[in-house]
Amino acid sequence: MVSTAAKKNLSQNEQRAMSDEVRIGVYVCHCGSNIAGTIDVVALTAYAKSLPGVEVAREYKYLCSDVGKELIREDVKSHRLTRVVVASCSPLLHEETFRRVVAEAGLNPFCFQMVNIREHASWVHVHEKDKALAKAKDLVRAAVLRVAAHEPLVKKRIPVNPDVLVVGGGIAGIQAALTLANAGKHVYLVERDPSIGGHMAKFDKTFPTLDCAACILMPKMGAVGAHPNITLWSYSEVAQVDGYVGNYKVTVKRKPRYVIEDLCIGCLQCIDKCIYKDMRFPNEFDLGLGKRKPVYVPFPQAVPMKVVIDPETCIRLKTGKCKETCVEACGPKAIAFDQKEEFKEIEVGTIIIATGFKTFDPTKVAYYGYKRYPNVVTGLEVERLLNAAGPTGGELVLKDGRKPKSVGIIHCVGSRDKRYNAYCSRVCCMYSLKLAHLMKEKVDADVYNFYIDLRAFGKGYEEFYSRVLQEGVHLIRGNVGEVTDVALTPDEEGRLIIRVEDTLVGVVRRIPVDLVILAVGLEAQADAQEVRRMFNITCSQEGFFMERHPKLAPVSTFTDGVFLAGCCQGPKDIPDAVAQAGAAASEALALIDQGEIEVEANFAYVDEDLCSGCKACISLCPYTAITFDEEKKRAVINEVLCKGCGVCVAACPSSAIGQHLFEDAQILGEITGLFTNGAKAEE
Amino acid sequence: MRIFEELGLKLTELDDWNCCGATLCAGVSKISSFALTARNLALAEKNYAGKDIVAPCSACYLAFIKTKDYMQRYPDVKQKVDTALAAIDLQCQGKARVRHPLEVIVTDVGLEEIEARVKKRLTGFKVAPYYGCQTTRPYAEFDHPFFPDSMDKLLRVLGAEVIDYPLKTKCCGGAITSMVEEVGLRLNYILVHEAHKRGANAISTSCPLCQFNLDVYQKKTIKEYDLDFSIPILYFTQLLGLALGIGAKELGFGRVMVPVKPLLATVE
Repeated sequence: MVSTAAKKNLSQNEQRAMSDEVRIGVYVCHCGSNIAGTIDVVALTAYAKSLPGVEVAREYKYLCSDVGKELIREDVKSHRLTRVVVASCSPLLHEETFRRVVAEAGLNPFCFQMVNIREHASWVHVHEKDKALAKAKDLVRAAVLRVAAHEPLVKKRIPVNPDVLVVGGGIAGIQAALTLANAGKHVYLVERDPSIGGHMAKFDKTFPTLDCAACILMPKMGAVGAHPNITLWSYSEVAQVDGYVGNYKVTVKRKPRYVIEDLCIGCLQCIDKCIYKDMRFPNEFDLGLGKRKPVYVPFPQAVPMKVVIDPETCIRLKTGKCKETCVEACGPKAIAFDQKEEFKEIEVGTIIIATGFKTFDPTKVAYYGYKRYPNVVTGLEVERLLNAAGPTGGELVLKDGRKPKSVGIIHCVGSRDKRYNAYCSRVCCMYSLKLAHLMKEKVDADVYNFYIDLRAFGKGYEEFYSRVLQEGVHLIRGNVGEVTDVALTPDEEGRLIIRVEDTLVGVVRRIPVDLVILAVGLEAQADAQEVRRMFNITCSQEGFFMERHPKLAPVSTFTDGVFLAGCCQGPKDIPDAVAQAGAAASEALALIDQGEIEVEANFAYVDEDLCSGCKACISLCPYTAITFDEEKKRAVINEVLCKGCGVCVAACPSSAIGQHLFEDAQILGEITGLFTNGAKAEE
Repeated sequence: MRIFEELGLKLTELDDWNCCGATLCAGVSKISSFALTARNLALAEKNYAGKDIVAPCSACYLAFIKTKDYMQRYPDVKQKVDTALAAIDLQCQGKARVRHPLEVIVTDVGLEEIEARVKKRLTGFKVAPYYGCQTTRPYAEFDHPFFPDSMDKLLRVLGAEVIDYPLKTKCCGGAITSMVEEVGLRLNYILVHEAHKRGANAISTSCPLCQFNLDVYQKKTIKEYDLDFSIPILYFTQLLGLALGIGAKELGFGRVMVPVKPLLATVE
């Protein structure tokens, strides 16, 4: 069953293939000694020659070589072959190679079948040569009987929308957006918070250069805000994703700021004149350590520099009654209390997901005293305390206002621990060393770092570690057992005592400190599961989004057209996040610049005459490729979304669904070939 | 047992029970410890089928839970214990449920019911709740492993003031105090000193071995560390009984080593 559209594009050779004339060429590869060392390739070839429909059978040392390929091409032409079988290595390696060879010879590339007699016969039966040969014969016979039933197929080409959606405005999202925008593509950058910048905007200094995070990030943020090719939608979330690679239809929910973005000039007069004279509500950007008013900007260098009004704390929004001094103060008349959330529909060809991470909540680790003792803080909280734009103006102070004279930094909180997260969060050793350095610099405190292993793997990292050692930071190898306020000696009174086994010395120690910093690990965002379902991608056991291959395909996913960048794929430092973002952007560009993409030919199709409209197939499709045509009352399969898994084919109670390259006749031919020794094709 | 009777819970002493060996035996021979405990389990299953086992001593409680767990997880342990029990014609199926009396009282009776039955509020009592290290670790069956609060809540309902006591699950030394005395005394010192420092005038325990340690050795601890105070150590049901109106003598207050008269005076 070949669609008429496909038939029209066939060459004469291909049309010949559709005819009853089956003229098969079988090629057995020695693969050096990989196959020939175990299997008698000459005998196998002779056997192949004896099979029904086989016009020519040859063996050659390396079929994938130029000579080997030419051999096949020549035969197709001179012997007018209509089918080709290659018995060699895995199709994952060379199916495309030989399909191309066949096409170059003028034959439809799908009138070809590859048999793996290396991994499936030679390599696994190295010590059973006779059995290996017998198995290879079975496999070749199956391929011959299958390929006889093959039909020419055409790979469809679909256009790719050049616009890109980047989800998440942290450093990874920003980098990806800039790379694409600079390449001339139009980018929608959607960020959930009122400003872009992500976690990096919260840091004070970055390791190992000790660059001020804001100083290196702001230029990029500014570039995003000003770039003509970037549509920045902050305070927005992706609500729904439909479509397929090259043709995604995305609905973006723009949350109400109660401020008209186009009119707000960021003068901040509304904040100044708000009826709340003082800042009294916890500021999300400062992790609750700082305060803000109901009308606010998250931080002084926010991009976009537009005000947000929080409906939970703004009196006007909660009660409807307020003097509205902010409205009075606003020159451009940008405040709009009746603003509603808005849904925007956009069309893009590719999507890059850069939704970042969250830090591990150490409240779970009860014996470290987080939330029990006021002077136990997380690494991220300390970044805000150290930051000059933070809640304490960059003064590192304890809860009672004193400067700490000694600090303990506990590594691996929540990481490398079967009870919480078994993996290593990669950046904590380095940020702990950075914090140690900053402690020494800011308050000249006695600093103790408690580590299990010191991971300083990147460029300049080991050197930074040496520097910190020179500065006199005490590094103690031991997994901290407890942070307690129970003092056993006078000098422990009023301080936090860290109890740890110093494993290099072999002694259990009590170290009194004023401030305890927990180097919390990185985790997937809280809503990672919902997000991944929306984009139809997979995730690992830890919750991070899954790349297509851990080594060779680190930015693409199993859903074509959706790419990953940054910590949403796994914990990493800023250089790696930026590099990955560039990689994701370039993969998106590769798709876009081709203009079109080829769709795999082995998709399923519905025979309308047989389909009863029972809809059994629709919910079974893991790729949501099947829809129901209400007018015709028939199931319709989207050829592009279909991955050819075959579930619907098997499930259809009316046998109305077929699958290209896996038609019943083809599969039955293969089965017949495997199980009937020497049977003719007609039987 | 008097308390359970008072609260309407039927408690029957397991006939012919044997010592479980507690932590001591487990340190010497794990399998012996499991076998001894399994005998009690088997007897309970055979003669008191369907009933829960209540183990008032946290060490025994832990031994029971551990034995059940290890027999289920490690086939070779099960096999050895089965063989040992078979020699005395017994079989342990691991069906009997093992509970701590603290959990039984808080769950089966409930704090509201207890509060309703309180006749004498323990208003003068400032209690440090001490669970010991085995009540909630390593199996946190009914409360937080490091900062449990079921006994805290119970004591509050009795009218006592409960102090914030971060050492509530720290080890008292257990049986070690009788063998390596200076280690036990030091651990005891840390516990009683901190309780006193935080204003407690009594320590409530959920393990009789902890009570034994902290109570019987307190005189030595005071001498060794030159302390100027003493602090009564009571098993939690003693306090519960007092609040329910049961006489102090009946509750065994006469048998504790540390003087309790001043404390009891505050109840009247």
